[in-house]
Amino acid sequence: MKFSPQTAPLPEASNSVRRVMLTVLLAMLPGTAVAIALLGWGVLINILLAVSAGLVAEAAMLSLRARPMRPAIGDGSVIVLAWILALCLPNLGPWWLPVFGTVFAVVVAKQLYGGLGFNLFNPAMVGYVVLLISFPEPMTRWGPAIDSSGSALNFMQSVAWSFSGVLPSGVGYDGLSTATPLDHVREQITTGASIHHATQSLFSGGSLAQSWNLWLSLAFLAGGALLLWRGVIRWHIPVAMITGVLVMSGFLWLLDSVHHASPLFHLITGATVFGAFFVATDPVTASTTPRGRLIFGFGIGVLTVLIRSFGSYPDGVAFAVLLMNLCVPLIDYYSQPKVFGHKKSEPIK
Amino acid sequence: MSDVSYRELAVQGLWKNNPGLVQILGMCPMMAISNTVVNSLGLAMATILTMVVSNGLASAIRHWVRPEVRLPVFVMVVASVVTVIELWMNAYLNTLYHVLGIFLPLIVTNCIVIARVEGFAARNPVLPSLYDGLMMGLGFGLVLVALGVIRELLGFGTLLANAQQLFGPMAANWTIHVLPEQAHFLLAILPPGAFMALAILIAIKQAIEQRRAARLAQPVALELPKAATAS
Repeated sequence: MKFSPQTAPLPEASNSVRRVMLTVLLAMLPGTAVAIALLGWGVLINILLAVSAGLVAEAAMLSLRARPMRPAIGDGSVIVLAWILALCLPNLGPWWLPVFGTVFAVVVAKQLYGGLGFNLFNPAMVGYVVLLISFPEPMTRWGPAIDSSGSALNFMQSVAWSFSGVLPSGVGYDGLSTATPLDHVREQITTGASIHHATQSLFSGGSLAQSWNLWLSLAFLAGGALLLWRGVIRWHIPVAMITGVLVMSGFLWLLDSVHHASPLFHLITGATVFGAFFVATDPVTASTTPRGRLIFGFGIGVLTVLIRSFGSYPDGVAFAVLLMNLCVPLIDYYSQPKVFGHKKSEPIK
Repeated sequence: MSDVSYRELAVQGLWKNNPGLVQILGMCPMMAISNTVVNSLGLAMATILTMVVSNGLASAIRHWVRPEVRLPVFVMVVASVVTVIELWMNAYLNTLYHVLGIFLPLIVTNCIVIARVEGFAARNPVLPSLYDGLMMGLGFGLVLVALGVIRELLGFGTLLANAQQLFGPMAANWTIHVLPEQAHFLLAILPPGAFMALAILIAIKQAIEQRRAARLAQPVALELPKAATAS
């Protein structure tokens, strides 16, 4: 019998980039399925467009930079990036929205910085913010799968709408699209209505689609639980970010509950849960020390609520993530854990 | 110094030592004003005029200015020139004057102006100094206008919009519409667009230089010493 001696330490097979990315994709499946069920085929079309554009852009950049193609394409990081970006995009948007956003994210935010592991900012959020700032009108084209008259677009009709802006006869764009909850509340508040009135008119319809954010949040929470269980992410960032959202929105709500939405509303609407588990936890751009992760996540939560309440865009997760990405080197520098046996932690120069 | 070559001055100002692409000077007005072609042209012309006149004046008085006080004196000269240009634009190009706003008087603090006055005009005769100011100003202005073209084209989908502000009423219909309304890439006219467009211009310049250097470098034939192996 052959005995091969091994010396300690005896490590387990660790997570490869490929396995981590596949787990993230798997974890996004429930949320994606719920999004397709509630918002229609547009979500799937966005994902397909973004993923193919992302792969093409990555391959083109790798060949321009004369880098090996197979490891960078095969690790699936582009697919995750494109998928996350596509889930942020409006389901009734035109086809070039996911394509442009993903190409910008891959080319500028990822490859120009040196590829996976070297980017300073979360590429998906860079792509999203560029689209949001550059094309404000197409970025508002949200709507439920089933419109006010009870009809729904099938897959081919959604494709036709995405590519040529043609709707089947009898369906109007105005009947299809609606304001998202954050948009709606924001508009009501700016016209002087109270938050109570705004949220009541929002959820009074009682239909599934009108509270789609609750179901989406639950599905993404399930995906996040999978990530935690598989050890792909640690608990610090999601918990800290959600705490940040609750603390800041709770503070504003206690201060003035007429003009500020409740913490629960902030928790289930917008990209709070999705952002906490899938965006803020990006291993490249997030803080890497335990204490740093808590500061990083909490900062994102607080900034998100501040941007939602006082900024000029309805949701603030993307901006908050990018702003905190900027702070990561500083946070990491000052939050290094104490090395065992040393009295005081000295930042490594 | 009579050994100044006018050709070399032009090459330095327009390409090798371009204020915008190589020295990266005068970034503040370059980023802030370059969102349309007409704004860029307006600021470029004001800057070129300032550089030519102040280079000439500084060169003319260079023998009477003691080195210890040269900087304050030169700044005073530049400031007087800029004030004259500013008042003139206020009188004759009033709308453009208001669009350019604070960046017009700020030409005084544009590093490229004082850099040329201090670095060139203070040591050279009047004529080369005038020429150097013109070439450096043109180098700056060309980058400014190139940025203006890129940003206006992407962000507004037009070229030469509001040309009447610079060229008078006859230019009111010079605007060229290139892109449809929904294809406007608003990021290009916001500050990030300025940084990205300038970065792309610098990258293009570097690529051209590298390509030229690679072409000029003669392949060197390597000859191995043969004698040692003969025995």
